[in-house]
Amino acid sequence: MKYRSNWKWAVAALVMVAAIAGTGCKKKGVDPFPASNAVADWQKTSETRVFAAKDLWQYIDGDAEQYISAGVVSTSTSDYKYKGELEVTVDVYTMGNAAGARKILETGQSTDAKVVQLGDAGIAYAQSVIFRKGSYLVRIVAYESAPDAPQALLALAHGLEAKL
Amino acid sequence: MGSRRDFLKAAATGALALGAQSKLGFAAVVDQQAGKSKVVVARDAALHGPGARLDAKRAADLLDRAITAYTGRNHPVEAWKQIVPKAKVIGLKVNGVGNRGVSTHLELVLALCERLQQAGVRAGDILVWDRSNEALESAGFTINTDPSRIRCYGNDTAGYEQLPTIQGSVKVNLTRILTRECDMVINMPILKDHDLVGVTFSLKNMYGVIERPAELHANNCDPALADLCSIPVVRQKVRFTVGDAISSVYEKGPVFHPEYLWHPNALIVGADPVAVDHTAAQMLARKRAEVGLPPVEAVGRPARYLVTAADQAHRLGVNDPRRINLLEV
Repeated sequence: MKYRSNWKWAVAALVMVAAIAGTGCKKKGVDPFPASNAVADWQKTSETRVFAAKDLWQYIDGDAEQYISAGVVSTSTSDYKYKGELEVTVDVYTMGNAAGARKILETGQSTDAKVVQLGDAGIAYAQSVIFRKGSYLVRIVAYESAPDAPQALLALAHGLEAKL
Repeated sequence: MGSRRDFLKAAATGALALGAQSKLGFAAVVDQQAGKSKVVVARDAALHGPGARLDAKRAADLLDRAITAYTGRNHPVEAWKQIVPKAKVIGLKVNGVGNRGVSTHLELVLALCERLQQAGVRAGDILVWDRSNEALESAGFTINTDPSRIRCYGNDTAGYEQLPTIQGSVKVNLTRILTRECDMVINMPILKDHDLVGVTFSLKNMYGVIERPAELHANNCDPALADLCSIPVVRQKVRFTVGDAISSVYEKGPVFHPEYLWHPNALIVGADPVAVDHTAAQMLARKRAEVGLPPVEAVGRPARYLVTAADQAHRLGVNDPRRINLLEV
């Protein structure tokens, strides 16, 4: 009986370790970018590019400093197209902690920012959506205005949020 | 040119550029008669058509209007003949940092390429460039290294000089596009608010001629930016600015934030980069005031590099409005 009881404890411990490790792996290797048509009418049109904090200037020279001062760890970016026409870029900033993501989101909001239910906090404009979830900050920018852009951007944002 | 070292020395001192003097050399930056730097601001309120799309024909017409006003010539082709040297490679330094949202407009660049060819520049002697192929492509340009056509590629294709150039506070590796490939450069920046230096336009666009621009960001890029633009090969080859103020961002630049997008629908041209930048900074300041934003100086990012660029140590141009002959057309 004693042997059988120990065996159960060992299995339970293994399950717990696997669960913890699994969670960690999921966060570490998270791919937030929805595949084409995972969100209706959205196509992923580029490979995902990743920039470490020290290389972020190569992507957003002149703007990298504010992310670095807020503790950015890495930045992933990819392009999408909505219904084959509206082009957008999605940037996912992995910050060191949630405070860093909050700091960026709360800096320099325009007066026409509209609060949206996304992640821990989010705002939307006619051509862009920005939200944070945990230590992630997501920025979606459309290069043109279109009547259906705001709703389409929100749909894509929800697709990203679900993968974070 | 005997050796590579000789070449680098000549490039650094600008000696290579001396054979490429156009009729609008730096000495002509300040109008000798008036004692002022001439800057032309050309505007067309109808530049953007339905859906905020840029009207390419109107952009080309605006360029013609700007350059004829600047030179006093009646015909734009004659005007460009006055500015560019014959049988030389002309670089067009664009800016693609803002991706498709707020980068030098392809339509404007194509219009200038057309006029340069009409003025006698071979297609293959025109080189549209920025710091990387990726920046160019993200701004809508197509990479081409075929010398029989207009070329377009980044510093990453051409490479950088292995030996650094030292000027004042800066130690930089210059792109070979500037040192070896171009005889003259027409600067084609785009007007934007800038998170570090308040405003970015012609002088700041020169951060695209070096390998690691992020290393020159301290203290609002001052005095690094003025020092960089004082490197002889930069000073002597980058001889004219066709500044794109067609679209801009008045806050959160230099990257594209559509919530701050603004269409000044203007070009700012001139041979004095400091006077051009001063004019651009004033335009941006008026827009910020109009929407109720504080001046860039009040939020810790003054364009102090303009003062340094105009000082006696640098003498890159003038930033005193009393010494700028501003012509609005």
